[in-house]
Amino acid sequence: MEQIIQTAYFATAFLFIVGLKRMSSPMTARSGVIWAGIAMMLATLATFFWPGLSNYALMILAVVIGGSVAWILGKKVSMKDMPQMIAIYNGMGGGAAAAIACLELMGHKLGNVGLASLAVAGGLIGSIAFTGSIIAFAKLQGLMRERPFTFPNQQYINLIVLVSSVVLGVLLLATGWGFLVPIFFVAALAFGIMMTLPIGGGDMPVVISLYNALTGLAVAFEGFAMGNSAMIVAGTVVGAAGTMLTLLMAKAMNRSLANVLFGAFGQETTAAEGEIKGSLKPIEIDDAAIMMAYADKVIIVPGYGMAVAQAQHKVRELAEALEKRGITVKYAIHPVAGRMPGHMNVLIAEANVPYEKLFDIEEVNPEFSNTDVSLVIGANDVVNPAAKTNPQSPIYGMPILDVDSSKNVLVIKRGKGKGFAGIENELFFKDNTRMLYGDAQDVVGKLVQSLKRL
Amino acid sequence: MTEGIWAALYILLLAAFTGYEVICRVPVILHTPLMSGSNFIHGVVLVGAMVALGRADTTTEIVIGFIGVLLGAMNAAGGYVVTERMLKMFEKKKGG
Repeated sequence: MEQIIQTAYFATAFLFIVGLKRMSSPMTARSGVIWAGIAMMLATLATFFWPGLSNYALMILAVVIGGSVAWILGKKVSMKDMPQMIAIYNGMGGGAAAAIACLELMGHKLGNVGLASLAVAGGLIGSIAFTGSIIAFAKLQGLMRERPFTFPNQQYINLIVLVSSVVLGVLLLATGWGFLVPIFFVAALAFGIMMTLPIGGGDMPVVISLYNALTGLAVAFEGFAMGNSAMIVAGTVVGAAGTMLTLLMAKAMNRSLANVLFGAFGQETTAAEGEIKGSLKPIEIDDAAIMMAYADKVIIVPGYGMAVAQAQHKVRELAEALEKRGITVKYAIHPVAGRMPGHMNVLIAEANVPYEKLFDIEEVNPEFSNTDVSLVIGANDVVNPAAKTNPQSPIYGMPILDVDSSKNVLVIKRGKGKGFAGIENELFFKDNTRMLYGDAQDVVGKLVQSLKRL
Repeated sequence: MTEGIWAALYILLLAAFTGYEVICRVPVILHTPLMSGSNFIHGVVLVGAMVALGRADTTTEIVIGFIGVLLGAMNAAGGYVVTERMLKMFEKKKGG
């Protein structure tokens, strides 16, 4: 039996790596997740035959309940809410790793101090990923405010909590006192919360990715402690891939990891902002429709606001209506448009927009200067010229879409609020910019109708 | 025992390198789906939680083990669905 389980785990590890490799290229991505899914089934089934286990009824019950609840929620959630779903499911994995660590430490089932230290380390990291991801989920889901939650001496207090949990872990290893186990986990869980509270909504993607890597690491450590090779390989691959992905993501968003974790992004920066000249100039729907109808080329710049309003289907209709008039329509996708790098591509793809019409920042930026109308839909920070002009701005240095160089700019915006970064956008005050206030789906729908009447 | 640990450390080293190699040249548009995909893969923690629950004796242990399996199953199932939904978008484009 042992041999069969080991063979199944070996196949699992192999399929996971193949699956992840295939997922890293758009053409093979879908088959990649299916391979990984088969691997997961295989590992789960094989584990039922692990020798010397009991509590099978509870095991099956937990698998069925947990699996079906998560499956149904995952099917139902809208595409715009994907980032927080990833966060919460990742947190669950961290929690599971922590639960394993807890059981290993409580029962004194570990052969030697080396394995016990790995169990403690995995428990610490898993607990942090667990509560940290829950806070990330709550912030993105709107259950708590997205703004950083700060208080005096926060950094020091966080450091004290982290150090105490490490000390408790070491003490636990040295003494084996059972009563330390719950205290250790409470400290670790508390640190996960405290570490995430001061991070703003805009930085959450990087943090979620970091917790994803941490969960992978925790799973690998628990895999060591239990002698489970599937967990070691899968956990380590995810730990390494997740770390890499976190750094790539931070780079795409022009943030350093240290800045994300310890900076005060999103705090009030009014002092650093220059005075913005000009005023916000609203425009009527019909006038905006006419402006686009007589253009030669229109570039659509979708942002998170479009996703929130579920306007992607209406936007496609608008693009088709314009194309019927012989107007060239392109979509400019900023790498961090939406909530995470790549999120916008998924949202636009959901509305069946052909792949060839999506252009990334390097391809599209030279085109804005010969574009008649740029239509910005619910995007803000990714078109903010302050990223180029104002060194004091928190987004300074981030590559932006050069929307301001096109002849006319139309901005569909919900209200007069600020973007994720919490800063004013001087684009909206420019002479060639006109504002259309309202829900993106509603406004774009009216634009389509107005175009058809012309 | 030490032999086992050394073998495991070599696995760790190679697996870490594999993970790095697989990800290092990935296009930005795949960041979100890939993060979701790797999130699904660490859902294999489920099998560890199952073994841990299977070995639990006292009520406290069984409760913790049950929670562990529950969370692990959610990670695996939820991670799969979410990833599959996102990646389905990319397949559609292949034809169009």
